[in-house]
Amino acid sequence: MSDVQTAQKLRPSADYFTLRGEVEEFLYDEAEILDTRDFKGWLDLLADDIRYFMPITFNVKFGEHGDKERTRTEKDMSWFNEGKWSLTKRVEQILTGVHWAEEPLSRCTRLVTNVQVTGVRDSEGVEELSARSRLLLYQNRCEYEQTYFAVRRYDKLRRVNGGLKVCERKIILEQTVLLAKNLTVFF
Amino acid sequence: MSATGNTAPLIDIERGMIAREIFSSESIFQQELETIFTRAWLFVGHESQIPNPGDFFMSRMGQESVIVARDKRSKVHVFLNSCRHRGMRLCSADHGNTSLFTCPYHSWSFTTDGKLFGVPQFKNLYEGCLDRAEWSLVEVAQLEVYKGTIWATWDPAAPLLATYLGDAKLHLDMTLDCRDGREGGSEVLLGVHKWIIPCNWKIAAENFLGDSYHNPSHRSVDLIGIGPSAEYGVKGRRDNELETAQHLWISFPAGHGVHSAQMQADMAEPETYQNNSVVAEYFREANRRRKERLGAEANRLLPFVGTLYPNTSFHGRQPRNLCVWHPHGPEQTEAWRFFLVDADAPQEVKDFLRTYYMRYSGPAGMTEQDDMENWNSATAASRGVIARRHPYNYQQSMGRSTRNGPTPGNTALQMSEENARQYYRRWSDYMGGADWDTLLGKKD
Repeated sequence: MSDVQTAQKLRPSADYFTLRGEVEEFLYDEAEILDTRDFKGWLDLLADDIRYFMPITFNVKFGEHGDKERTRTEKDMSWFNEGKWSLTKRVEQILTGVHWAEEPLSRCTRLVTNVQVTGVRDSEGVEELSARSRLLLYQNRCEYEQTYFAVRRYDKLRRVNGGLKVCERKIILEQTVLLAKNLTVFF
Repeated sequence: MSATGNTAPLIDIERGMIAREIFSSESIFQQELETIFTRAWLFVGHESQIPNPGDFFMSRMGQESVIVARDKRSKVHVFLNSCRHRGMRLCSADHGNTSLFTCPYHSWSFTTDGKLFGVPQFKNLYEGCLDRAEWSLVEVAQLEVYKGTIWATWDPAAPLLATYLGDAKLHLDMTLDCRDGREGGSEVLLGVHKWIIPCNWKIAAENFLGDSYHNPSHRSVDLIGIGPSAEYGVKGRRDNELETAQHLWISFPAGHGVHSAQMQADMAEPETYQNNSVVAEYFREANRRRKERLGAEANRLLPFVGTLYPNTSFHGRQPRNLCVWHPHGPEQTEAWRFFLVDADAPQEVKDFLRTYYMRYSGPAGMTEQDDMENWNSATAASRGVIARRHPYNYQQSMGRSTRNGPTPGNTALQMSEENARQYYRRWSDYMGGADWDTLLGKKD
């Protein structure tokens, strides 16, 4: 069953909207935490076994979009293929104060939209939600530099101690040549 | 300055000064496209990207799109990606496999060896007027495949690639050869990093040419540790295998420059790749075999970085890749990075290297993000009217290079901008339309 069908099946119930509301609040909080540069606080929202992945996208001929349009998590080069360790390193780097690509710090505003819950499953007694969202990230640096990233996010959120943690995030940036000089921001 | 302007006064090698405007002038940029990128050997791709007949990879030479294709008989070609009829782009996919390149506009089609094949309504409209044999795709004047890497030039008079590379080839070899010393054997991982940098292409090329002086700019990654042994507590952005080595800054007559290093003769094998015991063991064994194969003396030399004139750079070891700085405009460059592994390495080793490469290199790489920021602002600083009255300083270690280094080439045993001085000397010769003997440094 596709994500869309699952979401449609879940939707009519009041439970669905309660769940979606919870996910929305979580994603909005996350955006606020990142926009206000509480990078360590952001790490606390991530499960220790998180997979954070942004593939490279290719121009392919018609018919090859299904399996050849993007690089794969396990075999190919990507923009990001991170775990908690390297994401923590990225945060530590910003906090050195001499990471020149983030010194002075970028000013970012994240707009989160199109939030939908596409699945609920029990993973060894732990509830895991699948959710998708769109993120428009505005980044401004120094005086004149600005970049917009519009991405699709496919998340798996795990319920831990009554709250949620991101245990998987796949980020689709629809550019084949990255039109920004750097990817120093978190999506 | 016109596209044939005299750029010689902008490059003062004797005093170690270079005018800022070569990094931002539109007319100088145009002159570079006409005098450098039409003549020099340019790296366009790797054989592992097009293993089968009909495979193609869309690449670039200078500011123009080219198709790197393997024809039905397995021969590699490089064509201008433009229909001979009205110029439309024939290939819009980044890579793939095809039997024909068909123009989307009037449907002329070309075979994978570049021959004009299909012309709609040929009999009615073209019979007796159009000689198909005369309208093949525009193909490069020369093409060479070297240890898997594909190189091309538009100049039929250009010397053979081996002559062009000269003694710099040794350092390219160390990048392309297997880690255990077998010749060649590298492959490019799927997913070339491509991104746009708001900087002049030469600033990036110069960074890899041997500008080790910029090391302090990477202090943030060195403080936190992101290398292949970082989880084991080793700081820095790579393993410390070159820590006690004699570093070498070597320039070559054709404009290339490298920073390599010679290990101490009696040095114990450094522990590397300690984040993963399987990978650590693989490299321990590869190092042992390299020493056995090359002999103790030759084994002492290790690659670090380099730029092959004009715009192909490499990182020889940790990480390991080839990069091309495609000129888009005086203040815009499209960077491409091809990541290398030994084709026959175990998957676990390839996976380990892949994740290390990702956190080190490119726009998402923790090390190189800082480079991009600095190149960006250096380009902007080359624009101002007052700024342009003040040349950049290239005086580091002037007169301190020797022809009697441990390997061939003009060698500095201390950090030096000699590589950059020689690079811009050749730049000036290309810009002046010099003959190949001059460009190869035979008249120095």
